[in-house]
Amino acid sequence: MALFSNKNQYSTVKGFARQSKKKDIPRGLWEKCKKCSQTLYAKQLEENLNVCPKCGFHKALTAQQRVELLTDKNSFVEIDSDLESVDTLKFEGVASYTDKLAQNQKKTSMKDAVLSGTAKLDGQDYVIAVMDFRFLGASMGAVVGEKITRAIELATAKNLPVVIVTASGGARMYEGMISLMQMAKTSGALKRHANANLPYIVVMTHPTTAGVTASFASLGDLIVAEPGALIGFAGPRVIRDTTQAKLPEGFQTAEFLLEKGLVDKIIPRKNLRNELSLCLEYFQN
Amino acid sequence: MADITLEFEKPIVELEKKLEEWKNLSQSNNIDASDEITALSEKLEHTKKEIYSKMTPWQRVQLARHPQRPYTLDYINEVFTDFLEFHGDRRYRDDAAIVGGFAKLEGQKVMVVGTQKGRDTKENVYRNFGCPHPEGYRKALRLMQMAEKANVPVITFIDTPGAFPGVASEERHIGEAIAVNLREMFDLKVPVICVVIGEGGSGGALGIGVGNKVLIMENSYYSVITPEGCAAILWNDRAYSEKAAKALKLSATDLLGLGIVDGVVTEPLGGAHRDYANAANEIKKSVLSNLKDLQKMSTEQLVEQRYQRFRGIEFFNDGSEV
Ligand SMILES: [Zn+2]
Repeated sequence: MALFSNKNQYSTVKGFARQSKKKDIPRGLWEKCKKCSQTLYAKQLEENLNVCPKCGFHKALTAQQRVELLTDKNSFVEIDSDLESVDTLKFEGVASYTDKLAQNQKKTSMKDAVLSGTAKLDGQDYVIAVMDFRFLGASMGAVVGEKITRAIELATAKNLPVVIVTASGGARMYEGMISLMQMAKTSGALKRHANANLPYIVVMTHPTTAGVTASFASLGDLIVAEPGALIGFAGPRVIRDTTQAKLPEGFQTAEFLLEKGLVDKIIPRKNLRNELSLCLEYFQN
Repeated sequence: MADITLEFEKPIVELEKKLEEWKNLSQSNNIDASDEITALSEKLEHTKKEIYSKMTPWQRVQLARHPQRPYTLDYINEVFTDFLEFHGDRRYRDDAAIVGGFAKLEGQKVMVVGTQKGRDTKENVYRNFGCPHPEGYRKALRLMQMAEKANVPVITFIDTPGAFPGVASEERHIGEAIAVNLREMFDLKVPVICVVIGEGGSGGALGIGVGNKVLIMENSYYSVITPEGCAAILWNDRAYSEKAAKALKLSATDLLGLGIVDGVVTEPLGGAHRDYANAANEIKKSVLSNLKDLQKMSTEQLVEQRYQRFRGIEFFNDGSEV
C-alpha cells in the first residue's frame, strides 16, 4: 500500500515476538495450522500476524497483540484495568465461577475478557476496546459489559471515535440475567455516542456470536470483519437441531454476511491497521 | 380445552376429584356428606397453598410455559379496548410472532406490542411458537417509533422462548434487528413499560424489553438461556434442567432482588391460566400505577431514567475495596 508507505507500518510485529517469547517457546518452535495442517515455524507465524502463510487462516490474536497491531507505539493508555467479575448468583454449577475466573486470569494474565483504553492510530486519537476469546470465550458478563460501556462513554465525553474488536462465544451463563442486561447497557451507551454524531467502527473477529452480535457488534457505522470469521446470533448446531435445516454453504462466515449485507468490508489482517486508519481519517473533520 | 395438569399439581387434582365424587354421591343418593365435603375442601385449599407457595424455579418455568396460560392477545382483549392491530415491517413481511397496534387503557391511548404464541399446532405454525424473525423486531420498532409521533406510552408484553434460531433469521440479521431495537428503545421520547407475562427468552425477549419499568408476572421467568440449554452446556445433559433453573436465578423474586425487574405482578393461586380476568386485572392495576408515575416525568427525564435504569446494573469488583 503505497499510500501509507511513509507511515509506521506494523511496528507491532516485533512487539508480538517479544511479548509471546515466554509463552510460545516452551510449546515448541513449530505449530500446525488449524485449517490446512501445514507445519509452521512459530516465529514465522507471529511475524505474519498469526495468519497462516499457506492458506490465509487467521489464528486468533490476544487482546494485547490486537492493541499493538492497531495503535501507534506507546500511545495506548489502558482504562478500567481493575474491574473484576464476581460470583453474584453464587452459581451452583459443575465448577465454581470463582475458580473458573481464577483459572482464566492465570491463563491470560487478564482480569476479564476486555482490554480497553485510549490510543492513537497514525496520530489519530480514538478509543479502542478489544475482546479476548481466550478468557472464558469472551462471554459477556458484567465486567465485559461495563468495560465496553465505559469505553463508549469515554469516547462520547472526549468527542472521539470508538473502535470495538469483537469476539464472543455468547452469554456468561454464570451471571444469568446480569449477563443479558449488558446487551442493553452497551447499546444504550452507543445511542448517546451516535447522538453526539461520533463514528463507531466494529471489527468482527472469529467468532462473534449471540448476545454480542445482538447488541454492540451489529451497531457499527462501519462493520468490518476478518476473513473466515464465524458471525451469527444462534450457533449452527442450535439452528440445525431446531429446524433440521441443511445449512447453506459458508453459512455465518464473514464472506456470507458480506453477501447478505451485514458486513461493510472484509479486511485481511495484514491490511487492517492501514484500512482502519483510513476509515478514521475519513471521519476526521 | 381440558385442563392440563402439571406433574407437581397431581395431589391437587386427586383431591378435586375426590371432592367432586363426594358431592355427586351426596346429591344423587341424598346422603348428608357435609362433614366429608368440608374436610376435603379444607384439605384441598391447604394443599393448594402448600404446593403453590413453595414452587421451585423449575415448576414456575412449567407454569410460564403452561399451554393454557394467557398470551399477549388474551391480555390485550382483557386489559385494553379499541385495539387496532397493525402489520408488517415495510421491508420483508408481517411476522405473526409479534403483534402490535394502538389500544386504549382505561380510555388512555397507548401503543401495545408483544410476542404472541399459538394455542394449537395450526396457530403455532402461524405464530412460529412465539419466536420472532428479524421482521418481527423491525415491526415492533416501527410501531414504537410511531407511538412517539402519537405521543402515547408504549406497553410491551413479553412471552417468547427466544428469537427464532433459523437460517432465514440469520440471513436477515436477527442479531442486528435486536441490537437496533435495544439502541433505539433507549431514545423513545414516551414512557415505556415492559411486562414479562410468560417466557422471557433471552435476547429475543430483551428485543422489546428496554423500558422505564420492567415488570414480571409471578410465575414467569426471564433468563439469559433456557434451563434446558444451560443444562446441555454445563452438565451435557438436559436432565439437569431443574438444577439449571435454580442456578440461573430466573424467577420473578430473584430478578426483583437483583434489580433486573422493577415489580412483580401477582397471579391467581395456581397460575394466571386459572383466572384470566383476575390476572389481567392485576396487570392493568400495575401498568396503570407505573404509568401514572412515569407520566409525571419530562421527556428528558424519561430518557435519562431509562438509561440509568440499565446503566446501573453493575455487579463487579472495581478494585476499590482492597
Ligand atoms: Zn493454513
